Amino acid sequence: MSILVNKDTKVIVQGFTGKEGSFHAEQCMAYGTKIVGGVTPNKGGTEHLGQPVFNTVKEAVATTGATVSMIFVPPAFVADAVMEAADAGITLAVIITEGAPVRDMQAAKAFATKHGMMTIGPNCPGIITAEECKIGIMPGMIFKKGNVGLISKSGTLTYEGANQVCKEGFGITTAVGIGGDPIIGLSYKQLLPMFEADPDTHAIVMIGEIGGDLEIQAAAYIKEHITKPVVAFIAGQTAPAGKRMGHAGAIISGGAGTAAEKMAALEAAGVRVVVSPAEIGKAVAEVLSKK
Amino acid sequence: MNIHEYQAKQIFAKYGVPTPRGIIANTPAQAMTNAQELGGKIWVVKAQIHAGGRGLGGGVKLARSIAEVKELASEILGMTLVTHQTGPEGKLVQKVYIEEGADIKDELYLGIVLDRAKEMPVIMASTEGGMAIEDVAHNTPEKIIKVAVDPAVGFQGYHGRELAFGLGLAKEEQGKFIKFAASLYKLYMENDAEMIEINPLIKTGSGDFLALDGKMGFDDSALGRHPDIEDMRDISEEDADEREASRYGLSYISLDGEIGCMVNGAGLAMGTMDTINYMGGTPANFLDVGGSANAETVAKGFEIILKNPNVKAIFVNIFGGIVRCDRIANGILEATKLVNVHVPVIVRLDGTNAPEAAEILKNANIANVISATDLADGAAKAVAAAKQAK
Repeated sequence: MSILVNKDTKVIVQGFTGKEGSFHAEQCMAYGTKIVGGVTPNKGGTEHLGQPVFNTVKEAVATTGATVSMIFVPPAFVADAVMEAADAGITLAVIITEGAPVRDMQAAKAFATKHGMMTIGPNCPGIITAEECKIGIMPGMIFKKGNVGLISKSGTLTYEGANQVCKEGFGITTAVGIGGDPIIGLSYKQLLPMFEADPDTHAIVMIGEIGGDLEIQAAAYIKEHITKPVVAFIAGQTAPAGKRMGHAGAIISGGAGTAAEKMAALEAAGVRVVVSPAEIGKAVAEVLSKK
Repeated sequence: MNIHEYQAKQIFAKYGVPTPRGIIANTPAQAMTNAQELGGKIWVVKAQIHAGGRGLGGGVKLARSIAEVKELASEILGMTLVTHQTGPEGKLVQKVYIEEGADIKDELYLGIVLDRAKEMPVIMASTEGGMAIEDVAHNTPEKIIKVAVDPAVGFQGYHGRELAFGLGLAKEEQGKFIKFAASLYKLYMENDAEMIEINPLIKTGSGDFLALDGKMGFDDSALGRHPDIEDMRDISEEDADEREASRYGLSYISLDGEIGCMVNGAGLAMGTMDTINYMGGTPANFLDVGGSANAETVAKGFEIILKNPNVKAIFVNIFGGIVRCDRIANGILEATKLVNVHVPVIVRLDGTNAPEAAEILKNANIANVISATDLADGAAKAVAAAKQAK
């Protein structure tokens, strides 16, 4: 088992024929992902990477039966692409593009929610169910199949965490990179119950960072509803206030959103909080051996 | 991106948000001419820097004669203004805004920011104008009225009424205030602002509302569609090294420690700083080399890190996903040719093409380059190297 995506998930790519879209779609196919087509306006009717290209998402969905879209369009067109996917009946859009304006994402996410479409990202590495389905840009070889679910705002910390978990002799069910923008799709609070319900997931790793309060919301949720062990790391304990640390949303503003307050909230919720990402693997081994 | 008060007020004016009249000056002589042009008997000379707390720092002064305007302008221009937001090093004042004096009856606060939890802009108002809003939020949170506006429908009458009644405004004041708030919301949305703060927003003796101050920040991702706002960028307000780094696709922030960091990914970059700290060292910077790192950008990264004289060791921590480790290894070789890397460099390369990278570094056999097996090992070696260098 896994969450959200598996070996049978049918995926289309918006921005299929572009440089990034092509490169990563090919990598995903090599991993085993069922990429059943793509959308590039005015290239409909052609073929790319052995799959059909459509002018619109509606056509792509009608012809292929795809339920998930991986979005690689340039930042200015992200909102349009997300809304098109939602209107066409896609149920999950994975938005890889970095640099989408916040105002656009407000509108796009509200529209997606209204149409019952879930989103992951933007500005994220995507989602991977180990050895089944990779929808994103992560290096697939790190993710060995196992019993640990992973949720992370940071791409490279997803790899770091997964790699350590696997080196300790464990593996991953599904890993979700949720992105570090001020407005994102699925977050800890929505993903935690999915991992709780997945019988194959025995422990959950959550990696957060400074800025916003999603980790605090997660802590409250964990306290009430999560029975599986959770290991957490919050990046940015040494980050100065008022500075944007790479990710658009990674900023301590007005003294709020610090690593310290998030770590304290998670600890109070019974989460095993580590102070360095180098400790993630060992902490997972510890909580799993206690079970 | 942030802009100056006088620039924010230019945008306010375009949207009919009332402000006192004012003119920007670069020299004391110009300040004097501006005051004459504005007329009146009282003027305010205001330092233009991107930081709050200017008044307390001595950067905002009242003049009662044209001669005094000149005197104060020469005092403020060229001064290094230190406020609670500038840091101890302060900021050099290069421009002063000369504004007509205002008849202040009451000071309020009005601001708009993104509420990340609600995923919509929230308008905040308070009767406690002229104070730091963070302090008001901390000490008397009940004195801040918050109204979230759904961008799908925009600013409605009830948003305005909630704010006006919350501030205890009299019936005859409400209309003007609601129009003020509605215009501010419109300009926030249309310009892709990230935050607007008017502190204080004043009520005058004649019952008008005026933005006495104006602070605006914009969503960097949206600047492409606002060339007029991009033109307002004041590069002298930005850190020169951070700016140079960004030209090469690097995200750099200088810190006050001793271990330079070069990392791919913002989260891992912060995690690396945290690990160095945990192991008893201090990070000298945040540096994310991004997803398209190559020899040139890595060399540039070394150059920028080494500009900081406090750096005693450098920790290169790469987990290659999109970034290929062999490219980083070649970048390190390139950098040692272009830049005099006089401190130990601890290198941890993992992920895509890591074995090739290890081979490249081994064959190059550069003095000063120490290999590390993982994050913990690399951080420990970097901390030890920095301690030894003392």
